[in-house]
Amino acid sequence: MTGGMSGLDDMNELYEAIILDHYRSPRNTVPVDSPDIDLEVNNPFCGDEFHIQLKVDDGAVAKVGITGRGCAISQASASLLAELVEGKSSNEVHAAVDSIRRLLKGEDVTEEERDVLGDIEALEGVRKFPVRIKCALLSWVGLDDALTEHLGAEGV
Amino acid sequence: MSMTEAGTRAFDVDAIRADFPILSRKINGQELVYFDNAATSQKPKQVIKALTDYYEQTNANVHRGVHTLSIEATDGYELARTKVAKFINAPRPEEAIWTRNTSESLNLVAATWADVNVGEGDNIVITAMEHHSNIVPWQQLAAKKNTELRYLAAGEDGLLDVSDVDSIIDSRTKLVAVTHMSNVLGTINPVAMLAEKVHAVGGVILVDAAQSVPHMAVDVQELDADFLCFSAHKMLGPTGIGVLYGKYDLLEAMPPFMFGGDMILEVTYEDATWNDLPYKFEAGTPNIADAIATGAAVDYLVDLGMDNVWAHEQELTAYAMEQILSLDNVRVLGPQDPALRGGVISFIHDTIHPHDLGTALDQQGIAIRTGHHCAMPLVRSFDVVAAARASFYIYNTKSEIDALINGISETEGYFSR
Repeated sequence: MTGGMSGLDDMNELYEAIILDHYRSPRNTVPVDSPDIDLEVNNPFCGDEFHIQLKVDDGAVAKVGITGRGCAISQASASLLAELVEGKSSNEVHAAVDSIRRLLKGEDVTEEERDVLGDIEALEGVRKFPVRIKCALLSWVGLDDALTEHLGAEGV
Repeated sequence: MSMTEAGTRAFDVDAIRADFPILSRKINGQELVYFDNAATSQKPKQVIKALTDYYEQTNANVHRGVHTLSIEATDGYELARTKVAKFINAPRPEEAIWTRNTSESLNLVAATWADVNVGEGDNIVITAMEHHSNIVPWQQLAAKKNTELRYLAAGEDGLLDVSDVDSIIDSRTKLVAVTHMSNVLGTINPVAMLAEKVHAVGGVILVDAAQSVPHMAVDVQELDADFLCFSAHKMLGPTGIGVLYGKYDLLEAMPPFMFGGDMILEVTYEDATWNDLPYKFEAGTPNIADAIATGAAVDYLVDLGMDNVWAHEQELTAYAMEQILSLDNVRVLGPQDPALRGGVISFIHDTIHPHDLGTALDQQGIAIRTGHHCAMPLVRSFDVVAAARASFYIYNTKSEIDALINGISETEGYFSR
């Protein structure tokens, strides 16, 4: 009485190959020694939990480690984040978070921004599944806030 | 066996399904399999018709007018109260108070009875398997009154651990608040035993019956429940209306919950006196249409017979449990013996997160619940942050359970591609 794979093929935009790859083999999951930012983010509604650790050097992300558990979207998104932020300044991270928000909401994202996002563009399909947008944004928003706060406290 | 339990209509699932217009809907191009009944049930056309009939034929305010419509609306509203009271075998109809939902019923007791009767040094006993709505009001009250909040634990088998009940319930226990059936584990709790224990120390018992009243014959006298709370929307009725049952003498001694029209007897510029039960607890124009439609929902269930409803769900639960447990990568939370539980099955897949499973099943037309099920501490105690939950009702079938099992396998295939 159900349609089998034909129904699931409609999810391909949500679960692109890059997303599934990051979900299965998340990047930068090694805990960071004496991190400058040590942050737990969670979405109790979904049961997503991530532990984000950053080493910040000269206003830029020197090292990142993200571990946690959650759905494929939140895990892949956290892994993509971990891959992107290494070496980025806080402003660059902030700009990337801003463009990913717009990407997920279906708003305009420039070609230059897409170049910066790279593989992260694969998250674009999430916008057709609005209840899953917060899964994709969870780690980004948490890290952006923590970074801003950390640098603000340092007076950078 | 009473009429309530036996029923007057044959339990014919095809005929039942024909009463539910929503079941002919397609979801993502697939036939709808609705397994989120513990969240809310679907509504038969008899209940929907009761709503439209009321608004088209009877609409007026209650307890006020002398005109025909007002009299008919009042009669319909009070007849529905009589029906729900009888449904749970309450001795008197005025012991059934209309509220917005189970949560409001619980809050009413916390804000009135408990506010007066629970004090410093006393304790309130709840269980580890309560819904947030039967935890948070008591946490708040305990903080306000400097009262201890105690928990009866849930064992790994998903059953309530009552081994230390005689030390947890003691002479300072004023209230035991317990779910009749867990909305996560499906576990049916020993309410009558707990009632006996707390009555022996002079306390009262409140039963969160949101998950039991829709599915089994519940008798407040047999349970010796002092308070019992449930919602209409989980038992074929509309949203926005629930019931608080309370023993007459307790309700009579309680202060009002809210103040306003209908709940007063006499008002002067300085003061007011309270109306009789049940109106003392029903301030303002009540939810007349939904009360009447709840009466229609009760009629529907009584016609089927609650023993038949229960037997159908037990059969589905036993079948589903067998099928789900046969899957390699899935474990079930709560008791595995269907006799100890209702038709609420929460399960965890080893590799697929509940949210991904929920999206994938939705693509196949199958509606399940995913997440913490408003019982965060309990779900976490099983060392998971979320679970998937399938819950059954009168219109569900074994072939729908087959569709769920197939849907899980298809999802496994998809994520291992």
